[in-house]
Amino acid sequence: MNWATLNLTPALPELFLLAAVLVLLVVDMLIKDERRCVMYGLSLLTLAGCAAVQYWAWTPVPVETFHKMFVADPLSGIIKFFLYGVTAAVLVYTRQYIADRQMFKGEYFTLTLFALFGMNVMVSASHFMTLYIGLELLSLALYALIALRRDSVPATEAAMKYFVLGALASGLLLYGMSMVYGATGSLEISTIARVIASGNGNTVLLVFGLVFLVAGLCFKLGAVPFHMWVPDVYQGAPTAVTLLIGSAPKLAAFVFLVRILGQGMEALLSQWQGMLMIVAVLSMALGNITAIAQTNIKRMLAYSTISHMGFLLVGFLTGNADGFSSAMYYAIVYVLMSMAAFGVILALSRAGFECEKIADLKGLNQRNSWYALLMLLTMFSMAGIPPLAGFYAKFAVIRAAANAGLVPLAVFAVLMSLIGAFYYLRVVKAMYFDAAEDDSAIEVRADMRVVLSLNALALLGLGVLPQQLVALCMSAVKQSLTMF
Amino acid sequence: MLTNVLSLVIWVPILFGLLVLATGDDSRAGLARWIALVGALAGFLLALPLFTSFTELHGGMQFEEMHPWIESLNINYHLGVDGISMLFVLLNSFTTLLVVIAGWEVIQKRTAQYMAAFLIMSGLINGAFAALDAILFYVFFEGMLIPMYLIIGVWGGPRRVYASIKFFLYTLLGSLLMLVAFIYLYGKAGNTFEIAAFQDMKLTFGVQILLFIAFFLSFAVKVPMWPVHTWLPDAHVEAPTGGSMVLAAITLKIGAYGFLRFALPIAPDASRYLSGFMVTLSLIAVVYIGLVALVQSDMKKLVAYSSISHMGFVTLGIFMFAGNTQNVYAVEGALIQMVSHGFVSAAMFMSIGVMYDRMHSRNIADYGGVANKMPIFASFTMLFAMANAGLPATSGFVGEFMVVLGAVQVNFWYAALAATTLIFGAAYTLWMFKRVIFGEVANDHVAALKDVNKREFLVLTLLALTVLGMGLYPQAFIDKMHPAVNDLIAHVAQSKL
Repeated sequence: MNWATLNLTPALPELFLLAAVLVLLVVDMLIKDERRCVMYGLSLLTLAGCAAVQYWAWTPVPVETFHKMFVADPLSGIIKFFLYGVTAAVLVYTRQYIADRQMFKGEYFTLTLFALFGMNVMVSASHFMTLYIGLELLSLALYALIALRRDSVPATEAAMKYFVLGALASGLLLYGMSMVYGATGSLEISTIARVIASGNGNTVLLVFGLVFLVAGLCFKLGAVPFHMWVPDVYQGAPTAVTLLIGSAPKLAAFVFLVRILGQGMEALLSQWQGMLMIVAVLSMALGNITAIAQTNIKRMLAYSTISHMGFLLVGFLTGNADGFSSAMYYAIVYVLMSMAAFGVILALSRAGFECEKIADLKGLNQRNSWYALLMLLTMFSMAGIPPLAGFYAKFAVIRAAANAGLVPLAVFAVLMSLIGAFYYLRVVKAMYFDAAEDDSAIEVRADMRVVLSLNALALLGLGVLPQQLVALCMSAVKQSLTMF
Repeated sequence: MLTNVLSLVIWVPILFGLLVLATGDDSRAGLARWIALVGALAGFLLALPLFTSFTELHGGMQFEEMHPWIESLNINYHLGVDGISMLFVLLNSFTTLLVVIAGWEVIQKRTAQYMAAFLIMSGLINGAFAALDAILFYVFFEGMLIPMYLIIGVWGGPRRVYASIKFFLYTLLGSLLMLVAFIYLYGKAGNTFEIAAFQDMKLTFGVQILLFIAFFLSFAVKVPMWPVHTWLPDAHVEAPTGGSMVLAAITLKIGAYGFLRFALPIAPDASRYLSGFMVTLSLIAVVYIGLVALVQSDMKKLVAYSSISHMGFVTLGIFMFAGNTQNVYAVEGALIQMVSHGFVSAAMFMSIGVMYDRMHSRNIADYGGVANKMPIFASFTMLFAMANAGLPATSGFVGEFMVVLGAVQVNFWYAALAATTLIFGAAYTLWMFKRVIFGEVANDHVAALKDVNKREFLVLTLLALTVLGMGLYPQAFIDKMHPAVNDLIAHVAQSKL
């Protein structure tokens, strides 16, 4: 490698993050247990530093480096800003929770930051190998995080399940990648796209590879029929880790989808569109219908995630700039909703008590009307009721599908959002209509109270004034993907 | 000042609602009530210029406001009212004021949230009537489900949970299909959500039929028309008095308004083709639901069924346009009936609420001889019952008379069937009135009743004045709506094929 011509600027945020995590690892060795909150502060500082470096390294046009294995473009830039914000919020939300459960260890922070590093690499990958490395880095960090409470049986079980199924999915992905390599002679996304578009690739091999890639991707997204791990992992993992799994990685997975299918396999749109359509329809149907039967709120949110991924795919599978930006908007809004929902659940949990059942939310309006209001906004946003952000997200993907001529799919999505409304209403019903069974005070750290409030109110703000974020997503997609 | 009066009538109540919400728990309920009253009064006073400064010379939109909202999709914050929607903005602001006063000391549990929900809903309803952009309309139209869901669910009766979820899902089902229709029209109209653009666009017959079905499902549930009316008795019975008043007086009207604003002008050929079907449903509502009302033992349920029957009259009047292109009587009658029913049904629910607050029963059998103990209240109720039955000189008569007049020009038998409402309406209303108000004092609970207090007197007087005023001089309202209705009829008379 020629160091003199190597341009490190596009990867500066990642390099900074990596250096900071390594420093944190050393610092963690040197400090005593009672001063562990230093790690918390340093982690937040790291994230702020990342955002600053990201801002400084901003590029309006795609810049490649590391022999075209790594790319910095507005799409990755914007997603990374959100990743930093989300990770910071995750740390703020979970601080009390993990402290109450003997998880307030250095590993929690370093693993979370390693997961973030993996996501960053995924988001900026322009080569199948980089994509894979990023994905594995994320996954391995998450497996370990789930099992961080090693004496908890459900958590260990969830980690095991996630690990085994995740390894299977990685295998499928690799297998698909190798077939694509066989057909096109390259692992580089832009070259793959060029070879496929020129018609020189072996179509049979390509389609086979595509099937494996789609299967692997759906696994990571948690879309039906590769969704089995989602409810068990969401329920089994400590809520703090569920919050992490259910938020930032979905953003990374969206970019993953864009890179592989949108950029690399664009010429095979007619092939993967059909596959994703089946996956989207099944995800929306199964996710929404199964969620109705749940009594455990974490499990219910897991099924709701499955259905949300279906909606995201509805926008994505149109294969045009409009659809991609609507799916990006959906992913961002979904992450905000998921964060707010789990944030409230974390706020209601305390030492010796896990908020797990929908019944645990009973009478929340009586106990603390502010958190009830925040959860109310979140639930109605998830149900897609205006004027909340979730409505606009659903509207955008449905409109993109209808514009692409997929009217039956759009109508189906609309009907599914009606079914979805039912179980979100049940949560609101528990909070507002039922009497409280538990009168214990809800004590939440001030920083979490502020961030959580901003988080949920952002759903209202983005619903009333969606213009800025819509335009941001649109310009990111248009500037980053050369085919548009 | 008059350039953004519509924005004010939307946002002032919402801001006051948020302010009320900020007063917090029940320890500051008194403050919450006063802020709510100021907010409701401000909303009503701000809405008055809509009526007084309204120009009757043309049927187009007035008080228009236009700002880009979501530029990438060409969605605009476009507001405006014509002679039709202006009346409902006014009616809504007036009803909100009454609801705040009516709930003054009745609501002791989470007062701030109760008042805030009504104020926020009032703003959203005004927005739905004033929106000229389809997505803006949809946002307001759907947004009002949230406060109504909470109102029924938190302050409602024993089966409130069932009723609130049924209300929510029923209305959501309809409106989601309307959203798909909007998205389809957006593509057809050249990337705009302007309702006016939708109305001027040529559409093939098959497409018009599909659009009409989407609008029908959305608005018929809201009206509600037979056979999708079943949510209404549940919601009404379980809702608190204020909730019932707003539901009956305003939210039902949005359904009928939707037919006039969307279904008829956007799909006129389909509307004409399906008008027989719509008239049939309306007549079933008038006759069959009238009979159902007769056998109710619960006062609120009775008035709820009477609402459905009266709304059947409204849809009947609207779909009389098809028979005779100059038939403005029926449509204007329908509009008058809508406004009148807004006052009368609010008054009926208020009266029942007054009794319920004292007796905690809505059962007709638990009452009897109330007039002996509550003479002032009984005289008010007498007036409202007569209006509900459509007695001349009350507002209830004017609309029904005009609709029947219009119907005669189209088909005598429509008119004959519709006119049965004058019999059934009188039968169920007056029979209930007789059993509850007249006769000997039925039991000790009735004997302990106290007559209306000042607050109740104020609300009942305001309602009585409007009911009588509208019955004696309906021309004030007809003049305002006439140009808009004329334009609408002329627009719908032209084929869009």
